[in-house]
Amino acid sequence: MQIVAEGLACVRGGREVFRNLHFAVNRGEMLAITGPNGAGKSSLLRVVAGLVRPSEGRLILHGGDAELSIGEQAHYVGHQDAFKPSLTVQENLVFWSDFLGGGEVATSLARVGLCALAHLPARYLSAGQRRRLSLARLLAVERPLWLLDEPGSALDAAGQGLLADIVVAHVGKGGIILAAIHGPLPQAAKELKLAGAGALAGDGRGAPEKARL
Amino acid sequence: MRTPMSLIDLATPSRFVALSARLMPALVALTAVAFLIGGIQAYLAPDDYQQGATVKIMFIHVPTAWLGIFAWVVMSAAALGTLVWRHPLADVAAKAAAPIGSAFTLICLLTGSLWGRPMWGTYWVWDARLTSVLVLFLLYLGVLALWHTIDDPTLAARTVAVFTLVGAINIPIIKFSVEWWNTLHQGASVFRLGGSAIDPSILLPLMSMLAAFTLLFLTLHLAAMRNEILRRRLRTMLLMKAEAAARA
Amino acid sequence: MSPLSALLLRDLRLAVRLGGGALVGVLFFLIVVTLVPFAVGPDLALLTRIGPAMLWLGALLATLLGLDRLLASDHEDGSLDLLFTGRMPLELALATKAFAHWLTTAVPLVLAAPVLGVLLNLDPSSTAAVAITLLVGTPALTFIGLIGAALTVGLRRGGLLLAVLILPLNIPVLIFGVAASSAATAATVPFRGPLLILCALSLMSLVLGPVAAAITLRQGLD
Repeated sequence: MQIVAEGLACVRGGREVFRNLHFAVNRGEMLAITGPNGAGKSSLLRVVAGLVRPSEGRLILHGGDAELSIGEQAHYVGHQDAFKPSLTVQENLVFWSDFLGGGEVATSLARVGLCALAHLPARYLSAGQRRRLSLARLLAVERPLWLLDEPGSALDAAGQGLLADIVVAHVGKGGIILAAIHGPLPQAAKELKLAGAGALAGDGRGAPEKARL
Repeated sequence: MRTPMSLIDLATPSRFVALSARLMPALVALTAVAFLIGGIQAYLAPDDYQQGATVKIMFIHVPTAWLGIFAWVVMSAAALGTLVWRHPLADVAAKAAAPIGSAFTLICLLTGSLWGRPMWGTYWVWDARLTSVLVLFLLYLGVLALWHTIDDPTLAARTVAVFTLVGAINIPIIKFSVEWWNTLHQGASVFRLGGSAIDPSILLPLMSMLAAFTLLFLTLHLAAMRNEILRRRLRTMLLMKAEAAARA
Repeated sequence: MSPLSALLLRDLRLAVRLGGGALVGVLFFLIVVTLVPFAVGPDLALLTRIGPAMLWLGALLATLLGLDRLLASDHEDGSLDLLFTGRMPLELALATKAFAHWLTTAVPLVLAAPVLGVLLNLDPSSTAAVAITLLVGTPALTFIGLIGAALTVGLRRGGLLLAVLILPLNIPVLIFGVAASSAATAATVPFRGPLLILCALSLMSLVLGPVAAAITLRQGLD
């Protein structure tokens, strides 16, 4: 399995956020997307997920299910959690598990350490706990491609450790991860640096962004 | 404002729960006795020469109308307690009174409708008094909607308090304007519920039933306040549980 | 559980737990109907004549109220994004949400209509006619409203704009709904004709609504 982007460009709010983006990520690899705020990290992830149309270029998923769109074979974890405050932790996770294609809810909850709170309405969760619940959703439903937008935000040290374990496990099983992150890079991740403000990184003369090892 | 120590002690929620638990049985017994007396008197009261026995619906209709207003007065007093003194029991008192007041107002409307049916041939007319009670009922429903919609109890209490006080000022104005509207459109006869109902043989049972219903309100209100306090405790415990899990 | 059942169950659960939406809709309906006599006077004969029309207007406005929450709450917490990634066509997901919304918002109005008919001095046959036409016509209101909800999702103050967009589209539903209701008493127009057209409008909207809403949302959630 391989995901390839050719000449991607994206316009948000009348402003060109990035252009001429190329990358290729193979199975078992993680692409870390870095750059300053406003550089288009979130936009790129949303383009890959199919939530925003690119203004130019295309995305190809090799080796996936030809019947499904890229978004339907990916987990998108954005800034928001998509959990309803009035449903319990368990109800929220079961719903997404059923809706996204079925999976193991109980073990996922246990893995992220939220078992004790399974019957608590989600409105009582802290930001860190909600993040963990998002991670549980990643674990509950099997999808090859993960699109993570600043997954470590709101997580404490233990949570960061959990995230690192989950990421390593997924990549180890042959999954692909595209993650926008601030801060230090995990080992063994390719990096895609977005320069921001529509400008290009590197020599600034229009050379395409390439994924560097 | 200086209050004796004992009154302040009464005011803290846990003291209140303990005290109300002791009061409840007595209050329930008193209410039952009052209804027994009032009921017997109502049964023995003479029939109206025109309306027959249906006039006795008045013994429910009038007290519930009175209680609909009374509950709003209680809510207004509680609203002042919330806004001016920030008293925790005031929040609870206001929230507990709202459904009870709504229920009494609804019963008033329904009994009025049933009473009117034999006289008017229809279940509803837009006469001044019934219409005013209907508007009061709509205001109550608005209060219930507010309580239900706002999550945070403190914010909810303050919002409802403001609405209650605005309503309290407005209710006399609404009543006046509805009566004016009604006279404006008066081509037909004036529908008077109850006519000349101030004969002493009717008045005494009416007063008894009024007292009985008021006691009923107090009993229900006290019980509702206790429930609300317990509900809030539960919510706090859930919050603490989540916090504890987060720290673990 | 299939994705469709899961989505339907979730939306029904949310509507019941939050409670506000459905009951506030009925409350609004009640208030609008109460306002009518204040505006036109308490003459019972007049109220009987315009009663069906007033009930339809009230139901129409009350349905409109709840519509902006249909998609807005999912948009706010990111659920709408994830709806795109489900194993269910977006059109079907939107149709399911609209159906859940209809069940919890419009059906209470249909149930409340007979009670309000009493306030407007309608006779039983008029009241039954109004209730039936509302039952048949409110799906059209909801599913066309779905389009408005999609058009205005993410906009601040979207609710008012939604009303402006949707009300003209709902005029046919109102016309045939009132015609069918009045036909039951006035007998100038047969009841069946307008009722069947109302059914047709609802069936058409069941398809048009979700398709148009999905196209709108696909333009790019920002």
